[in-house]
Parts: sequence; structure tokens; C-alpha cells
Amino acid sequence: MEIVQKIKTGDIRAVARLIRDIDDNIPEAREVLKELYSATGNAYVIGVTGAPGVGKSTLVDQMVTHLRKSGKTVGVLAVDPTSPFSGGAILGDRVRMQRHSMDEGVFIRSMATRGAFGGLTQSTRSAIDVLDAMGKDYVIVETVGVGQDEVDIVRSSDTTLIVLVPGMGDDVQALKAGILEVGDIFVINKSDREGVDKTVGDIRLMIEMDEKRYKDGWKPPILTTQAAFDKGIRELLDEIEKHHLYLSSNKTMLSKLRYEKAKSDLSEMIKDRIAKEIFIDITSSGEFEEAIKSIVDKQIDPYTACDTIVSAKLKSNIR
Amino acid sequence: MNKERRIRVLVAKPGLDGHDRGARIIARAYRDAGFEVVYSGLHQTPEEVVQAAIQEDVDMIGLSSLAGAHMYLFPRVVELLKEKNADDIVVCGGGIFPEEDIPKLKNAGIKEVFTPGTPLTEIVNWVKENVKPRGL
Repeated sequence: MEIVQKIKTGDIRAVARLIRDIDDNIPEAREVLKELYSATGNAYVIGVTGAPGVGKSTLVDQMVTHLRKSGKTVGVLAVDPTSPFSGGAILGDRVRMQRHSMDEGVFIRSMATRGAFGGLTQSTRSAIDVLDAMGKDYVIVETVGVGQDEVDIVRSSDTTLIVLVPGMGDDVQALKAGILEVGDIFVINKSDREGVDKTVGDIRLMIEMDEKRYKDGWKPPILTTQAAFDKGIRELLDEIEKHHLYLSSNKTMLSKLRYEKAKSDLSEMIKDRIAKEIFIDITSSGEFEEAIKSIVDKQIDPYTACDTIVSAKLKSNIR
Repeated sequence: MNKERRIRVLVAKPGLDGHDRGARIIARAYRDAGFEVVYSGLHQTPEEVVQAAIQEDVDMIGLSSLAGAHMYLFPRVVELLKEKNADDIVVCGGGIFPEEDIPKLKNAGIKEVFTPGTPLTEIVNWVKENVKPRGL
């Protein structure tokens, strides 16, 4: 396929269009992804997540600058939330990375979550593969810091950064357990603010309490940065490199990670595909609307409606 | 399969103009209309605008200018799109323009020009009528 060649040689337009086609569920895009898959697995994927406003985009911008200085090429996927009301989105992360716009070694793409099933959508996962196949040394994925994203991102990343700011205080206590389990490196940005020592202490305590997770392996370091002033970035990249070495030094670990990634990729793809197929079918046939009306009119309960639809579509019986 | 594409728009502020309130308001209106809006930030060169438009695979670029440099900046964006074989991307302008410049801008390839006071719904409807997502 001509487009596959273009992507492997880094053609910006081809890459941009393919990512769009993937996002819009164009069937031909799926065929391209099949052919590109063998060219993936070379890029090092870094996930960056955290609450809105902690400085993720600024941090990513600085990381890109440093990586470029060491001669590495970078792809950046900046994910922002789709409005659940209008289906539109404002994708504003690019603003913080303006200085890289003319650098041919950097590809920045903004994506909306498109919200249907939450978390890191299938499109974003596929976009990572495209930037990987394009030949980028690093792919940085910056996601919205709410909801399921924080946990999903780790399955697509080699190293996951959890970014916080000082003074989150009780918020650290209230952090969903999932975040602590998925973070490989904790970054406290805006570290010139008050409360940094306490925040470091709180996180350290939580990590210590979770020792079964790191006892035989990687204990997540806690770093402080001031991304806006380019402080702490070099140290952060060094830690990421350390994590990279840790992951690749252990053959058993590597095969386990590959297994988990393939499992996660396949499960998510199957769920995504089945749900999409069924919805397209029942919305175009009017069955969905009919079922909704029947539920509203109390002719049927949603469980029965669901089972009827699904077993008809899957041509099997749901127990 | 679902053939509905979302319209993707780049709202860009080329040049030295530092007033972006209008651009932000229009970005929000576009979002509420269901578009995906990439906002470029201030002080973009035409080259940066075009590069972003290509990376983001947008259907339209909305250029905002209130500082008077539109006669250079806007046509330059159109020119660069042509050079990069990306002239299927529609270019519009918004902001403060002398009346006599508007036909000149249109001649240079700016599809429509919106001046202050234009209702947001009018702009959004124009986009829906005149900008088709790529491939449709």
C-alpha cells in the first residue's frame, strides 16, 4: 500500500490524514493499520497524566525540547475532552508547544476523547501505533486527568508519569487507588509553590504502604519540577531512561509486559468493535429507538431489551 | 460503517496581534456546534499556521486579526497551503478589516471574511454550509 510507505518514511500529511480516518472509523484506515503493525514496537511511549492545570502541556513541551537536543525525534498526542453536550471539543494543548511547530523532528497532534466509551480511546491507541510506525523515537501521550484515563494510559505506555502540584493536601489522600498503582514516576510540578514537602511526604507514604507492588522491581521515584522555568526536566528524563533500562534488562519482565499489552490491545479492540457494530446496526434499523420507547412505555425492562438485541446480533443465547 | 466525520477547524492568530478574546469566543461557538477546534495560540507565523493545519488535518483555518496585518498574513497562508498541496483546506478571516480590503482578501483566496458584530450563529451556519469534512 502506497500510504503505508508514505507513513514509514514520515510523510506528515499521510500520517495526519490516517489519524483522522482512524478517528472517524473509516474502514480503509483499519486495513492500513493492519499493514503498519509490524513496523510498530520501536518507539518508547511515555504517558503523562494528571489533573487539569498541573502543567502537563508545559512539562511535555520542555521534555520535547530536551529530547530534541539529544537528537531524538518525538511524536506528541495531546488528548482533550469532548463536550458531552455538543460532541465538539476545544483542543488547546498545542498552545504550550508552539516553539516546536516548525521542527520537522516533532509531530504534534491534538485529539478529542470523543467520549463514547471513556478512557484512552481506541483511536488514541491506534494513533500511538501510527506515530511509532512513522519512525518517531519517542511518543508522548498527554491525557485528560480525570476518570478512567489514568489507568488506561499505563497499558499503552512504557513509562507513565503522574503529574501533581503541591498543596493538593487532602486531594492526595483522596486520589483514586488506581493512580498510585499505575504511576512509574511521580512528578510534582510548580514545586516553587507552598506545600511541596508535605505533598512529597504524602505520596512517599502511599508508595511505601503499597510495597508489594515494588518489592521485586521498580519503586516509583518522586521528582519535583518547575516546567515553566525548565527546572528538573533533565533529571526527569534521566529517571525515564532508568525505567527504560529496568524494563529491558529483565527478560521475564519483557515477555510479561508484551503479553499484557497484547492482551489489553486485543480486549479493548474486541469490545470497541463489537459495541460499534451493534450500535451502528440498531441505530440505522431503528431498533434502538424502538427499544428506548418500549422501556419508557414500560412495555419492557432494559435488561430484557438489552439481551434481546445482543443475542440477536451475536446469534447466540445470553445466559 | 459510520461515515460521519466531525468538522475540524484550526483557529489561528497570525502576526503580532495580542487580542485573542474574539478567537476564543468563536472557538467556543464552534465547539458548541460540534466541531473539534484546535486553537493555535498567539503570534503564529503563516508557516506555523500551515504546519499546524496539516498536522491536525483540519478542514478549515479561521484566521483572526485585529491589528491590520491581514493583507500580508492571510494571502501568505493561502499561498503556503498551495505550495504544500493542502489548498483543499478552506481559509476564512475574522476581525477588523477596512471595507476595501475585503474583496482583495477574497481574491487572494480567503473564502469569507467576518467582521465585528456578525452573529455567532451566522458564522457557524456558514461553516456548516461551506465546509465539508474531507472526503465527503
